[in-house]
Amino acid sequence: MKRLSRFRRHKAAAPLLLTFALLGIGGTFSVASATTANETSAVERSTLIEEGRQIFLKGCSSCHGLNAEGVSIAPSLIGVGAASVDFQVGTGRMPMADMSTQAMRKAPVYDEEEVAALAAYVASLAPGPEIPGMELLNFERDGSTAEGGELFRNNCAMCHNFAGQGGALTQGKYAPTVMGVLPKHIYEAMVTGPQAMPVFNDKTITPEEKLSIIKWIKSAEAEPNLGGASLGRVGPVTEGLLAWTLGLGLLIGVAVWLATKAK
Amino acid sequence: MTVEAKLGQVANYVDERTGAAAFLKKSLKKVFPDHWSFLLGEVALYSFVILLLSGTFLTFWFDPSMREVVYEGSYQPLEGVKMSAAYASALHISFEVRGGLLMRQIHHWAALIFMAAIVAHLLRVFFTGAFRKPREGNWIIGVGLLTLGIVEGFLGYSLPDDLLSGTGIRIAEAIIQAIPVVGSYLSYFAFGGVFPGELFIPRIYIVHVLLLPGAFLALITVHLMLVWYQKHTQYPGPGRTEKNVVGYPLMPMYMAKAGGFFFIVFGVTAFLGAVASINPIWLYGPYTPAQISAGSQPDWYMGWLDGLVRMAPPIETYFFGYTISWNILIPGLIIPGILFTGMALYPFIESWITGDKREHHLLDRPRNAPNRTALGAMSLTFMLVTLINGGNDLIATHFDLSINQIMWGTRIGVFVLPPLAFIITKRLCLSLQRADRELVLHGRETGRLLRMPSGEFVEVHEPISPEKAFILTSHEQMPALDLPAVDARGVKRAGALKNKLRARLSKANAEAIPKVSADDLKEIESH
Repeated sequence: MKRLSRFRRHKAAAPLLLTFALLGIGGTFSVASATTANETSAVERSTLIEEGRQIFLKGCSSCHGLNAEGVSIAPSLIGVGAASVDFQVGTGRMPMADMSTQAMRKAPVYDEEEVAALAAYVASLAPGPEIPGMELLNFERDGSTAEGGELFRNNCAMCHNFAGQGGALTQGKYAPTVMGVLPKHIYEAMVTGPQAMPVFNDKTITPEEKLSIIKWIKSAEAEPNLGGASLGRVGPVTEGLLAWTLGLGLLIGVAVWLATKAK
Repeated sequence: MTVEAKLGQVANYVDERTGAAAFLKKSLKKVFPDHWSFLLGEVALYSFVILLLSGTFLTFWFDPSMREVVYEGSYQPLEGVKMSAAYASALHISFEVRGGLLMRQIHHWAALIFMAAIVAHLLRVFFTGAFRKPREGNWIIGVGLLTLGIVEGFLGYSLPDDLLSGTGIRIAEAIIQAIPVVGSYLSYFAFGGVFPGELFIPRIYIVHVLLLPGAFLALITVHLMLVWYQKHTQYPGPGRTEKNVVGYPLMPMYMAKAGGFFFIVFGVTAFLGAVASINPIWLYGPYTPAQISAGSQPDWYMGWLDGLVRMAPPIETYFFGYTISWNILIPGLIIPGILFTGMALYPFIESWITGDKREHHLLDRPRNAPNRTALGAMSLTFMLVTLINGGNDLIATHFDLSINQIMWGTRIGVFVLPPLAFIITKRLCLSLQRADRELVLHGRETGRLLRMPSGEFVEVHEPISPEKAFILTSHEQMPALDLPAVDARGVKRAGALKNKLRARLSKANAEAIPKVSADDLKEIESH
């Protein structure tokens, strides 16, 4: 003790003590709360499921049926899993605004807790893909951008375009842009294959590869437009439009000016 | 010794040895008429010069090889990816060479503007009838330049070997293969084996940087020499005849203007290259035959061709163990073949219809040749409909439409809209002729109302200027060809069917609102 007390006026003493104290409190709290969570999880879960059921009955059952069994206009949700609910409701696709060909991304109707409750309810009906946890989604650590780009071009670009800007499918369906989507939702989309999208299970694309794809998407999203205005990153159509309008337009304007000045 | 005297000595030295003075004296005074639409061809010429300069810059670093390399450049998202040396060097130009990306973008923008200017120039020549005798040959050279431009542009688009390039080459391969009987052999010949092989990029590179630019230079030279020799056409106006050219001398007026205009064209392409991204190859990634991107389109000048292929119904026939892919053959080869042959032969077709074999140096106002103008509008409509279908996927996503609806819309539209455009344009031309006649006879509506003593209101008309009246009445209206089925002795003439067709076309072609004659004016002045 005496030896330690010699350092009590050391300039590193206060910060060190503070760190120990914080770690101690945090550690105790997490252990304590984890035990309580374990103890009460069954109870909490059942209340969560009940909450979800109530939301479901109000907001979803008119199309999906009272027991999520599905009717002619909407599919059964038994076995779609929490991931599917989290994606569809979390991105605002569900509930649909109208009966159009495809549900589009919009501002979510339900908040995070409500989405969690709905997901818990649907997951309780039958097992299905789960919502990926934050630990799993560490794409910055576990993903590789270059590999993700390769995977994206192999599996995704044919519908979502080379830069993830989206593209057209048949009969008014479309592959939406993947820009500005939460990593969690990208992951869930790959796992559950919403709407026209196929399912990419863990055998087709492993979880690490999925993270690489997410990492590449996030890198493309953050990448500044290196060559100037991006023109939508959709290829030669907008380029041709600009060449005719601004390019030739300016030059014809100059030509008219040159010819009138001569008079 | 003064500067002038020194210059004179030098000039004299050159003249004594080359006799250039007499040539220059004559040439520098050569007169060119002035009109903005005459500068469209110049835009094409200057873009070509820009293409040569920026293209040369790019060749310093571009490696036209399909050898596989591992990318180790500064663009992180592709690090360690296997790619062709061609693609890697295109990335190197974009990211490591100083000014490389700007030059690449200038080169590509200049190519798009080059083609746009060629098309705009061609439309001007067509709609004003500048292709008539003696310029039919130059028209054909022009069509040749347009065709070469399409091929040259496509090769340039294919060279970087990115995902989009490769997709384009794949479609070109499909079109080659669709040629009956020899298709697959030609494809093996072009690619030196199975697609994509290792030979194609080096081959098209030498075609892109040597063969076609050489052909361009030769054809452009002949094109310009013919303009020089045949003299430039001019719009009708007082004092302008078939035998003179009214305008300004080459020196100093046009030298200054043309020189300045070159730098403006360079400025506009450099501006676009600096502010607008074009073909961001690093986003596309390297080409592998297994990959494709949604919304893969060619550059605009081939968009119509892509649109035609996209709208073709999937029809194939099999016989004697061979497949004929009509769905590629018809839109990819037969229709473009008919269109370009028809375009090249048009001057001869028109002169056959009108029977007009005289020289023309005065241009037509498009309304005074309703049939030709309508035909042009019809062709343009066809091109636009097919071009729209070339971008059908982007139109579908950006305007909330179904790609199938657009495809069916253009499938029907490509048959219905061009004839409709023909009819509407012809009626519009005739209406404009009527308006011209009205204008000459009754003058310009001033918008001033006059109240007569009787209380009646009339609008005051003002006679138009004599210059304007001249422009509105100076064109000639050719009567239709008289091609009787039997000759003077009552004997049926040879080629009855052909003559019947010719007479019909000629009659349709000669349809016009009679222009104001001197008698008409006298009559109107008398009351």
